[in-house]
Amino acid sequence: MAKTSSSPRPVIESNHLLSIADLSPTEIGALLDLADKYADDTRKGGKHAKVLKGLTQINLFFENSTRTQSSFELAGKRLGADVLNMAVSASSLAKGETVLDTAMTLNAMRPHLLIVRHQSSGAVELLAQKVSCAVVNAGDGQHEHPTQALLDALTIRRHLKRLEGLTVAICGDIAHSRVARSNIALMSKMNVRLRLVAPPTLLPSGAENLGAEIFTDMQEGLKGADVVMMLRLQLERMNGSFIPSAREYYRFFGLDQQMLAIANEGALVMHPGPMNRGVEIDSIVADGVQSVIREQVEMGVATRMAVLDALSRNLETTRKADA
Amino acid sequence: MAKNISNITDRTAYVNARLFDPATKLDQTGGVLIEDGVIKWMGDAVTRASLPEGTSITDVKGALLIPGLIDMRVFTGEPGSEHRETLHSASRAAAAGGVTSIVIQPNTQPVMDDASIVDFILRRAQDTADVRVYPMAAITQDLNGEKMTEFGLLKEAGAIALTDGIHSVRNSKVLSRAMKYAGNFNMLVVQHVEDSDLAGGVMHAGESATRLGLPGIPAVAELIALERDIRLVEMTGSPYHAAQISCEASLQIIRQAKDRGLPVSCGVSINHLTLNEHDIGAYRTFFKISPPLRREEDRKALVAGVADGTIDVIVSSHDPQDADTKRVPFSEAAFGAVGLETLLAAGLSLVHSGQLPLERLVEAMTDAPARLLGIKGGRLEQGANADIAIVDMSVPWIVDADLLKSASRNTTFEARAFEGRVIETIVGGVSVYKL
Repeated sequence: MAKTSSSPRPVIESNHLLSIADLSPTEIGALLDLADKYADDTRKGGKHAKVLKGLTQINLFFENSTRTQSSFELAGKRLGADVLNMAVSASSLAKGETVLDTAMTLNAMRPHLLIVRHQSSGAVELLAQKVSCAVVNAGDGQHEHPTQALLDALTIRRHLKRLEGLTVAICGDIAHSRVARSNIALMSKMNVRLRLVAPPTLLPSGAENLGAEIFTDMQEGLKGADVVMMLRLQLERMNGSFIPSAREYYRFFGLDQQMLAIANEGALVMHPGPMNRGVEIDSIVADGVQSVIREQVEMGVATRMAVLDALSRNLETTRKADA
Repeated sequence: MAKNISNITDRTAYVNARLFDPATKLDQTGGVLIEDGVIKWMGDAVTRASLPEGTSITDVKGALLIPGLIDMRVFTGEPGSEHRETLHSASRAAAAGGVTSIVIQPNTQPVMDDASIVDFILRRAQDTADVRVYPMAAITQDLNGEKMTEFGLLKEAGAIALTDGIHSVRNSKVLSRAMKYAGNFNMLVVQHVEDSDLAGGVMHAGESATRLGLPGIPAVAELIALERDIRLVEMTGSPYHAAQISCEASLQIIRQAKDRGLPVSCGVSINHLTLNEHDIGAYRTFFKISPPLRREEDRKALVAGVADGTIDVIVSSHDPQDADTKRVPFSEAAFGAVGLETLLAAGLSLVHSGQLPLERLVEAMTDAPARLLGIKGGRLEQGANADIAIVDMSVPWIVDADLLKSASRNTTFEARAFEGRVIETIVGGVSVYKL
């Protein structure tokens, strides 16, 4: 990488952010430091340096997600990028256009940053092979959602001042969750003591080899936890296919005050949203003093600013302009 | 094979070969004289000096000369998806791999569930294919697992066995009746062993699938289907063949069935003998096959299963797919990989690494399938059809997908370095491929 006096220091090595699995602990630390700075700057109400000025960012969402898309949009705009949102309707896919067709079409518009969400695991990686811009995985199927794990880590770090040595319990639908996979990858790299808490039908096969302790009893799983990270249970999994009913799930795996009391005093309560109140989490807990759920949203924007900034530093155009 | 019937007076011979045929326990230096498409004379006495004048003689310089391979699981796109593979292009791929007989699966459009489609395929093969083509017809109409096809009429038309190909007959009553009825026509029932309710996923269920966020196919999906089918064999007494097994535990089930004297046999694909789940890497769809690539322990056990004879045959499970079906996200991609051209070379890699004896490798791709299917071939002996593959055992080469003869490029062996390659393939005395 060409280093000139004016060019900003690289934060990560890769030209894309496709998965946490691709990042080293040092890179994760550097991204979190940068995000931390952006979070502070935003809180102080200061304006941000327009490090993405002149760059085009396209948010390509094959799967609807208002909050993640808005978060990326805001992050890009705060740093001066020209942001275009593209929701790929089911109809254009029904017309036979493939992911790669869409990618090639967009590539021809020469964006610099492409933020992609897709319902199939691996689809973002496939797309990244075919475009010439930086690609951020905003969630692919049940594979990864790297910026979510980074923002979760940032939220924890700001509250508990560290990641190493903490006990984090991820609870709920681990099997179908990309948030869980990215968090498992990140927490393992950062030497967190990780626990996976779920009914056996919502644990993925081979879970025992992921470097985490497995609990099928939530009360056991929460003992000694510093952080309780809840996952969303998709509606279609509540109807008897994976668990018998929402009310039975809530009875045994819902996080209410009683359940939370089992965890360490002052344990953080997290949720990637959107929440099913009364299914996986009780409203009093979700809005309670231990909940950092709204702060996760705030850290989401800061984290995505850091990611976009980091990737822009590796762009050929940026490097040339700086040289 | 059909093209050269005019040269009936031609005599051709291959000399200075290592004649190798497990079925007849043959392993000696010698030659083969071919007349009118059949092996006229063979052995150590067949030398350049001993052959009659006018014989066209090829000195193969010590290369291995084996019976042409019989691949009992080949999918083509004819009729219906000719852009993926025609009988002609499949036969060119077969010839390049030393395969002289291909057994075509019924998953065509329209489905090969009617005598007229069998007849069509045989006529097209007669006109366009360079190797022998044997159709394997559907067990159920439109492969829907519900109603039996006309086994007797299909057999009269030229179908040699029955299978629903990539589908498993799920309804136990339908399968038990089909087995009983097929036994009456002495037709082998070949089953894709997979419980479709448990399957559902796209790769082996395990840590890799979990990390990739892909739904898994557990080994038990195969074990349950296999155990159920074997109970039906016990009930009907009809011959049954599990098309491909992929797990270590399946070997135990097959062994027990054979020990009990049941007419059960099974196959394995060359992919499952040489690759494992980790070859999928970062969502490489060419490695998405059915049954899925499983653990390395499974692969090793399957190789041992071929070596000890628990597994009867090795197939390529050649299944051509194009960019439309493979250059898409992993979950959406079609199953299947081409394999005719690399079948033997990949098999030889197991021989060279000491995992499998050469005689079992060759037997599992020649005599074993011939006997199971009741077709002539798979042996080197006087009077047999001159279907022969000549193999340089030690020549190194690297697979280049762009050079494959198949109309599709979805090989699992792209850029793989192999040692040993087919240098000439002969079908009915006619040379159909030369390197």
